Amino acid sequence: MTTETSAPSQLSGRLAELEERLLSGDRRALARVLSWVESGDQRGRDILRALYPRSGRARTIGLTGSPGAGKSTVTNELAKVFRARGQTVGIVAIDPSSPYTMGAILGDRVRMSELYSDPDVFIRSLASRGALGGLSVATQDVVHVLDAYGKDVILIETVGAGQDEVDIAGAAQTTILVNTPNMGDEVQTLKAGIMEIADVLAVNKSDLPGANRMVSALKALLSLNPDHGWDPPIVPIIATQGEGIEKLAEACDAHFEELESSGKMQTAELDRARQQITSLARARILRRLHAEAGEERLVKLATDVASRISDPHTAAAEWLAGL
Amino acid sequence: MSDTTTMTGQIRVLVAKPGLDGHDRGAKIVARALRDSGMEVIYTGIRQTPDMIAEAALQEDVHVVALSVLSGAHLELFPRILDACRQRGITPENTLFLGGGIIPDEDAEVLQNAGFSAVFGPGAHTGDIAEYVRAHVPGLDRS
Repeated sequence: MTTETSAPSQLSGRLAELEERLLSGDRRALARVLSWVESGDQRGRDILRALYPRSGRARTIGLTGSPGAGKSTVTNELAKVFRARGQTVGIVAIDPSSPYTMGAILGDRVRMSELYSDPDVFIRSLASRGALGGLSVATQDVVHVLDAYGKDVILIETVGAGQDEVDIAGAAQTTILVNTPNMGDEVQTLKAGIMEIADVLAVNKSDLPGANRMVSALKALLSLNPDHGWDPPIVPIIATQGEGIEKLAEACDAHFEELESSGKMQTAELDRARQQITSLARARILRRLHAEAGEERLVKLATDVASRISDPHTAAAEWLAGL
Repeated sequence: MSDTTTMTGQIRVLVAKPGLDGHDRGAKIVARALRDSGMEVIYTGIRQTPDMIAEAALQEDVHVVALSVLSGAHLELFPRILDACRQRGITPENTLFLGGGIIPDEDAEVLQNAGFSAVFGPGAHTGDIAEYVRAHVPGLDRS
């Protein structure tokens, strides 16, 4: 039980050295700090606290969409466009953890091989580790560290998303939804959730039949949206051939400029901060609950609920009372 | 603090296939087995150069680098990967290096002398590989 430390003004010798190496561009130091940050290690929190004032400069772009829609390939192609412009790129790619073993296969790199030899691209794969919104709990912290390290653009690729994994909208400045043709009829595009969070809509694999119909369906959907001052552009692409990617990047640029000129950037940043504080606080409360109210008590309450002696709401209140 | 929420104990493994052979079934089966034993496996796919593998190991800060070669080029490729890793500060002292494939015993010995902790052949049980990793990761110097 260590967590609730107050902010020390300075890092201890070894951590200070690691921070210095990271800030001077040492990729291995960056990789180690990311590991600590990801696993909730106290050293990671200390370094993040020291680095945080340096973050807030990177552009962040999230990519979401169904499994197999082409998110990794689009991420790879977008990274190439930003590199061609001379910008440095960080990539955070998230794949799901097993709900049973917590093991994971992180396979997004398979589509990004050609970026490995570029020292100005840093790719980190994360397992979702039980988080449900398409990201992992540590995603924001990992982005903050890459940002402080000096990456100009950070691409965040979510877990293959269904209809409801919308956390990415809060995590990145611009969210790209990667669609493909033949994903169902227009009713799918009417549904709430993931369709609502896109700032830019990509229609990947647009050499396949049905691409035009997908574009029309999306257009029809957008025409019904209330006017928020931004109409999400629809960009047909063929990611495996790099086709349309330049246009996709330009659509992201346009969204970024709109955020800045409309003043929405500040509101969004505030929302992001608020969201991260509440989710971290929630995690801390849960940890305290397990530690203080106890697992044993939980097992007892669960037994009561399962055998209908108690009900779930009453049991939850009783467990919380143990704090 | 409970490891179920912070997961400081999570083992990260890079599974990579260097060289030109495209036979990745073994690598995939091992990746899957390590996943099922609760590890996070970063799978890079086939036809990776030594520098690509070393760079992935660096960026992902893995505890284990597991390589599979079925073409017979293991004596050529594995040491070159080890060199590329060493240039980046990734050494057998802080990272577990494992080899797999069709590798004769005498070659396995050469690789073990070069820094590979263990070499697994076609008869190896996936459960033994996972157990081996669990037993040897804690001894690594990752301060």
